[in-house]
Amino acid sequence: MSVPLSAYLILSAYLFALGVIGVATRRNALIIFMSIELMLNAVNLTFVAFSRSLQSMDGQIFVFFVMAVATAEVAVGLAIILAIHRNRETVDVAELNLLKW
Amino acid sequence: MLDLWLIPLWPLLGFLANGVFGRRLGAPVVAKIACASVGLSLLASIKAVWDLLDLPHGARRIEQVAAPWIGVGGFRADWGFLLDPLSGVMILVVSGVGFLIHVYAVGYMHGDRDFPRFFAYLNLFTFSMLMLVLANNYLLLYVFWEAVGLCSYLLIGFWFERPAAAEAGKKAFIVNRVGDFGFGLGVMLLWTTLGTVQYAPAFAAAPGQLAAGGGLVTAITLLLFLGATGKSAQLPLYVWLPDAMEGPTPVSALIHAATMVTAGVYMVARSAPLFNLAPLSMSVVAWVGGLTAVFAASIALVQTDIKRVVAYSTISQLGYMFLGCGVGAYASAVFHLATHAFFKALLFLGAGSVIHALGGEQDIRKMGRLKGKLPITSRTFYWASLANAGIIPLAGFWSKDEILAATFASHHYLLWGLGSVGAFMTAFYMFRLYYTVFEGKDNLDHQVAHHVHESPPAMAYPLLILGIGSLLVGVLFGFPPDHGLYHRFVEPVFAAAGTEAHAISLGTTVGLAAVATAIAALGIWGLARSWYKSGDNPAPERLAARYPTAYRVLLRKYYVDELYDALFVEPIRRLAVWLWRRFDEPVVDGSVNGVGALVRAGSAALRRLQTGYVMSYVLSFVGGVVAILGYLTFWR
Repeated sequence: MSVPLSAYLILSAYLFALGVIGVATRRNALIIFMSIELMLNAVNLTFVAFSRSLQSMDGQIFVFFVMAVATAEVAVGLAIILAIHRNRETVDVAELNLLKW
Repeated sequence: MLDLWLIPLWPLLGFLANGVFGRRLGAPVVAKIACASVGLSLLASIKAVWDLLDLPHGARRIEQVAAPWIGVGGFRADWGFLLDPLSGVMILVVSGVGFLIHVYAVGYMHGDRDFPRFFAYLNLFTFSMLMLVLANNYLLLYVFWEAVGLCSYLLIGFWFERPAAAEAGKKAFIVNRVGDFGFGLGVMLLWTTLGTVQYAPAFAAAPGQLAAGGGLVTAITLLLFLGATGKSAQLPLYVWLPDAMEGPTPVSALIHAATMVTAGVYMVARSAPLFNLAPLSMSVVAWVGGLTAVFAASIALVQTDIKRVVAYSTISQLGYMFLGCGVGAYASAVFHLATHAFFKALLFLGAGSVIHALGGEQDIRKMGRLKGKLPITSRTFYWASLANAGIIPLAGFWSKDEILAATFASHHYLLWGLGSVGAFMTAFYMFRLYYTVFEGKDNLDHQVAHHVHESPPAMAYPLLILGIGSLLVGVLFGFPPDHGLYHRFVEPVFAAAGTEAHAISLGTTVGLAAVATAIAALGIWGLARSWYKSGDNPAPERLAARYPTAYRVLLRKYYVDELYDALFVEPIRRLAVWLWRRFDEPVVDGSVNGVGALVRAGSAALRRLQTGYVMSYVLSFVGGVVAILGYLTFWR
């Protein structure tokens, strides 16, 4: 018996929600990045599920794009975090509030 | 026939050149540009009038439209120029006397820090005045009427750091504006009744469309005359002219004697076709003129500032010009305008020469015995005084006598009497002035006495030329009375306007002339000479002591300035202060400041969004996405 489409979608939704909660709640910048990755991967899962369900390769092609972008973003993001850490000895986003009015 | 716009062009260019580059060019160049520009206007005017004389006697009228201006619906007013004998006389007077005064001013204003600005303004004035008299429609006339008023303000308040001068400039402009209000209304009324503001169509349509003696034409002419009372300093709007003496003397000579103040007379003469349809207005004009003539002359009897005496004399003589217009003797009035330009300008320039020689003294009680030290000034001043007093055969006699004769012949005997009384006073105060300043006792300040010297050539030559003019212009152009060269030249303009001619028999003319001369002679040799020539006669002081109230009323100019201050100036000033405190500050400033306060309050509230805290930004982000998704899913 094959897995119904809705199962994939619900799983994807849960994973996405977890990612959002992680971004909104956690204070460590690296954890926030991991949560962002989690969100991206949840979306990838959705794309693949639909690709299989609609018998089209478009979904899986798009997943490639998403992964490429995710990688680039992580590279840049980690570089920024490193720079911040060198400057301020912390990666706690709660302490990075210089742009406060 | 040359292009008429070439006449006013040169002073405009002079104004632009001296106004923009004056400081860089330096005084000598500025002087040459300014004088040359008016000189060119004079040459152009002479050529234009020469060409005009080539035309047959009744057809001397050239109208040229240099450029279109306003053409909306049925309304048309262009940069149009009209040259006929009337405007021909005016341009010759303006450019001729103007040129001499420009030359004089080069000497008088020598060394002044703002020399270029002065000549820029003087050129601007000359340009505006020439445009005023050459205009072919009331709108253009009005524009340049205002322009000469502006120049008057700028030139009266030329030494603007002196508070008195700045005040005088303001007073002149504001009082003029009151008159101009009437003038503007008159032009508008003309437009609504006749459908045009151009002279030719309006004057052609007037007899047909305006009932003679009717309310409309009377209203139009009275409103126009109100403007003339402001510009030409008649009752009740004359108060600015004595104060205008704060300006440099060449300004007083040019603007407040020879040209700007005559704009009102010109305008009434030009509007003769309208005035001839409104006998009531003509009476008003004649009476205002006659009363002003006597009123101003009476004030001049006791004034002690040399320029103020001449200023009141100007107001008085302008009164005679309006008296002439009012009794239908337009040609004589304009003739008096022309002769008056000569001798009054000369009187002012002579006064300036005296002031210059005495290092700024203007009080005649501190002058005396200057005849020997200022030979040219005193001689020419003497001739000008004779002309002003109306002694045959000098200029003022012919013109003033014609006006009085016309008044008599049109049965205005009371006005004739007033005019003759005024003539007596004129003769008296002019020679009171002459004898006190140039003869009599030497009352000079010691330091001043050392520096007394005759004026430099730039100032002396114009005095001489104007002096010769005062001696000759009258007899050359005005003899025989009402039929001389001038009259034959100008007569068609006023005949076409429907002016009634009052026949005067030769006997009456000679008789009146004799009476006029006798009155003037009495004033001069009968009274003024014996009272003032020696400087020892106590009679004037005794008379003043016997009638102290009358003396004080005259000296304080009938308290008119004080009256106007109480009636108009003070209430308006208080209204202004009230408006400032109760409206301008709270409401206007309040709204502007209020907007600022509002923005500041709003921003104080909104900036709390910017926490600098990434988590809150992320939360807003997520919230927004949820909202959009929700909207898209459930609402659409």
